[in-house]
Amino acid sequence: MLTNKSKQVVKREMTLMEKAYLPAIFSGMFITFKHIFMKKATVRYPEQTRPFAPVYRGQHVLKIDEAGAERCTACGLCAVACPAEAITMVAAERQKGEEHLYREEKYASIYEINMLRCIFCGLCEEACPKEAIFLTDRIVPSSFERDEFVYGKDKLVETIANPVDVTKRQTPEVLEFKKDKKQKHNLTFLDKVTKTFSRH
Amino acid sequence: MEPLLIKVIIVIALFVVTLLVALYATFAERKVSAVMQDRVGPNRAGPFGLLQPLADGVKMIMKEELIPALSNKWLFIIGPCIALLTSLMTGAVVPWGGPIKIGDQVITLQVADLNIGILYIFGVVSMGVYGIMIGGWASNNKFSLIGAIRASSQMISYEIAMGLAIIALVMTTGTLSLNEIVLQQDEGWANIVIQPLGFLIFIICAFAETNRAPFDLPECETELVGGYHTEYSSMKLGFYLFAEYINMFISSAVIVCFYFGGYNFPFQHELAELLGLSSNALSIIQTVFMFGKVFFFIFFFMWVRWTIPRFRYDQLMTLGWKVLLPLALANIFVTGLVMWGMGKI
Repeated sequence: MLTNKSKQVVKREMTLMEKAYLPAIFSGMFITFKHIFMKKATVRYPEQTRPFAPVYRGQHVLKIDEAGAERCTACGLCAVACPAEAITMVAAERQKGEEHLYREEKYASIYEINMLRCIFCGLCEEACPKEAIFLTDRIVPSSFERDEFVYGKDKLVETIANPVDVTKRQTPEVLEFKKDKKQKHNLTFLDKVTKTFSRH
Repeated sequence: MEPLLIKVIIVIALFVVTLLVALYATFAERKVSAVMQDRVGPNRAGPFGLLQPLADGVKMIMKEELIPALSNKWLFIIGPCIALLTSLMTGAVVPWGGPIKIGDQVITLQVADLNIGILYIFGVVSMGVYGIMIGGWASNNKFSLIGAIRASSQMISYEIAMGLAIIALVMTTGTLSLNEIVLQQDEGWANIVIQPLGFLIFIICAFAETNRAPFDLPECETELVGGYHTEYSSMKLGFYLFAEYINMFISSAVIVCFYFGGYNFPFQHELAELLGLSSNALSIIQTVFMFGKVFFFIFFFMWVRWTIPRFRYDQLMTLGWKVLLPLALANIFVTGLVMWGMGKI
């Protein structure tokens, strides 16, 4: 009665026409015959792919800046934000002569994402103050070995030769949000911390 | 050429053609089911997936062969053999085309023009029950046994209505030879016009005899795992599945011969005269038409399968005994009355 869709069931004798079954069978066969000429729902996968939503969250990329230096400073906010604890990193200090490799004085010498743990929620991307990590519309390929799913910097960092397009994830709303992202993000993070402490 | 050699060639040709048709019927089944459900179906092996039957066959052969430890080994092996053998044997009396003349040799495109062709078909088809019954019983599995019992009681029940439907046909044609029936339909009308009710009963029974949906209770997956072939694996399972498709092919051919003029097509003699075709050329066109009609009925079998849900077992028996049997008897009675009224008996 809530949806107003309920229908009173009437149990009555079938008419002779219904008892003969054949008209019903023919109408059913007409329906199946019609379906032969209908559009197929199949997506022939390797050749065809479904169009992804513009905000699809797939395999991560570690962006580089215009000069080709890594943006990541190994601050660890992504690792903290990650609800699945999929991200680990080891920070290192930039040496003299490495300025073209790393944008700031600190960088991640090891940066690993375990793709089996990752739930592709995109919180790392939201947490990142340096616009370094993004989720892309690439699908993480399958593999037979578990350890092959731990993606290191070799698989995550984009190269100048093969830049990864993340403009789809940088819609006007996102860019607007990211203008004061630093404060906003820190605020929310601090809020979280204070909430956690005040609860105990 | 020696007549015996010609016969051997025809037998081998029929064997090969039957197997090929059955092979591609499995493919067609998958394609038909796919397009009726808005899918694409197998399209990876070869162009348009045409090599799919080969891939299926290789898979079947490569599978591990299991014979249950507590089964009756010999009967377990004999079961699928009988099923395949009987289904292959029925094709022998079907005429596939008009006679072909080479020199003064006349080759009929039929393995054996038995004057009791209809009886032969019924005899061999009845033996097909043994394949299922033995296979199901020898498996020593309750699902198999129930499936086999269902299959045999279903086939025995529907054979009666089928036989009675054919008796009305035999009354009007006055012969048991398939070739004779086909030739009569060349001169007069196709039997579907004379025996529409008989055709309806016959085709429903043909569905039941071949254990096809909506009468596929012997192997209904939801209740009996796989029915009589639950315990079968590898090529022995393949034999059972293959036998079903051969049965479908042969019963389509028999339906065409009985009710749809066999290899004849409308205005064939006028066409031959118009184009100045030799009788051999006409025979080849007739064979093409025969296969065209048969393929349509194979498609019809699949069409029905992917449209109608399965009957319940009591519904099946009610339909067989309380509906089709009286209808078939009434059909005989009316046929007799009409023939008596027309002064034919």
